[in-house]
Amino acid sequence: MHDDSGVLTGAHFIDGDHACSEGAIAAGCRFVAGYPITPSTEIVERIAERFPFVGGVFIQMEDEIASSIAIQGAVWAGKKAMTVTSGPGFSLMMEHIGYAAMTETPCVFVDVQRAGPSTGLPTMPAQGDMMQARWGSHGDYGIIALCPNSPQECFDLTIRAFNLAEQFRVPVMLMMDECVGHMIERVIIPPVHEIQIFQRRSYDGPKKDLLLFHPDSNLVPPMVKAGEGYQIHVTGLTHDERGYPSMTVDTQAKLVTRLVNKLRVNADTIVDYREDSVEGADIVVVTYGITSRTAIPAIEQARKEGMRIGHLRLVTAWPFPEKRIRELASKVKAFVVPELNLGQMVYEVERVAGGKASITHVPHAGGTVHNTKEIYAAIKHSVKG
Amino acid sequence: MARTEIKIGGFGGQGVILSGYIIGRAASIYDNKFATMIQAFGPEARGSSTSAQLIVSDEQITYPYITAPNLMVLMSQEAYTKFASELIAGGTLITEEELVTPNNLRKDVHHVSIPATRLAEEIGKKMVLNIVMTGFTTAISNVVNEQAMIDAVKVSVPKGTEDLNLRAFFKGLEYGKKLLEKKHPSR
Repeated sequence: MHDDSGVLTGAHFIDGDHACSEGAIAAGCRFVAGYPITPSTEIVERIAERFPFVGGVFIQMEDEIASSIAIQGAVWAGKKAMTVTSGPGFSLMMEHIGYAAMTETPCVFVDVQRAGPSTGLPTMPAQGDMMQARWGSHGDYGIIALCPNSPQECFDLTIRAFNLAEQFRVPVMLMMDECVGHMIERVIIPPVHEIQIFQRRSYDGPKKDLLLFHPDSNLVPPMVKAGEGYQIHVTGLTHDERGYPSMTVDTQAKLVTRLVNKLRVNADTIVDYREDSVEGADIVVVTYGITSRTAIPAIEQARKEGMRIGHLRLVTAWPFPEKRIRELASKVKAFVVPELNLGQMVYEVERVAGGKASITHVPHAGGTVHNTKEIYAAIKHSVKG
Repeated sequence: MARTEIKIGGFGGQGVILSGYIIGRAASIYDNKFATMIQAFGPEARGSSTSAQLIVSDEQITYPYITAPNLMVLMSQEAYTKFASELIAGGTLITEEELVTPNNLRKDVHHVSIPATRLAEEIGKKMVLNIVMTGFTTAISNVVNEQAMIDAVKVSVPKGTEDLNLRAFFKGLEYGKKLLEKKHPSR
């Protein structure tokens, strides 16, 4: 069961939080800093228990601000690293998410969402941090956000989060919620050789020629790590390709445009969504995370009554699958968007649909999941138009 | 049965969650079924009445919460008072005989009980009453096969207590089988 890489190959009956911890270990994460908070606490509990056996370091920090920058130090020292939190802590991390974006530090932020704002409902689910994940730090930048809907996906998508972070050198958010985090289901951890890991791309040219932020053709620069003998400078200030501050309009335009474009031009390889009976549908229900499961009984009921209902589930909330939604907007009558907030991803659907299809939002202030009837009623309402 | 929605209730410390966990693990790891477990979570769940919600199904589970429980296992009076009304008509109600007085027992449910605490004491540890209940539930409900349950008990209890817990499981299982025999002699 237990091999040197720390991968617990086999079938487990564990919750989403624990599955996330195992995904991180399997992805090669060996540094976690965090300030435990419900409903994410079980992730760091398991990390603290498991890390001594796999050569990892876990530090319980003084707060989330410290946690979110400690992981970036570890990354520049060559580790794969993540921090784990929930809404109140996520809010404190925003400055350093911007720092990770600006310094192109690949790292993973896990947010097990609970109902907010502020302290809110600590032990109950919501999906209220979706826009914060995208826009919470100041300035222009890009991030990737993934939305698991089961413990199995908490494992799988944590690995993908690390891979994407390394591939594009951006902070990647794993947007769990209390329901998925505390739900216990079967999780299959595959053999080590079946787990695909994206290894960090390293610069190995002559020391004198190093341009720390000179990108390859995919707009992403390779990395070096502290201690290899390179002289490097990493700063949140606007910097040139050497990494030195260069406070000019030109440098700003060049750098920040690249930070945004490296995700835009590669969006097709990042975007992930799942479709069910979308072709020929009159109505498409757009969901993500736990809502992708609670919507299914409502969709099935509507189909039984003869309504042509498709289901599109966002696995990546960010980048948003603009192309596909735009395509569908000209084919379907309406989109129905249930989410555990009072309106977040629905605005993206609206923006991209551009008035070509009508939109029915199924809001929920959080604290539990949607009732099947609420989603069914919204579908029926949309069919009638 | 395609889908069983189970609610297990008791007070904090009785092993309510472990009971649910063992049934779910047995179903999803050792019996080729699907299981989703949600535990009552929060400060209000400590010490007072607590519950585990578990769905066992032959098909992939979408909606994760139980909405119409058809099997209920209750180990405290408070849990009985709080939860018994949620059981669907025709459902099975299992109670701990000496901890639960089934006041105003519903006529539309199948009720069986077991003196699990006493049986656990006979084995030597009162704390394994949850496993006695789990064995009894296995016999009465057939929600998960016996061997899968045995496998799950072995790997889910603290190391060193496997034998004790298996004895507790069989005690409950046999009590349940005998009860069924009495009710339906032809079986």
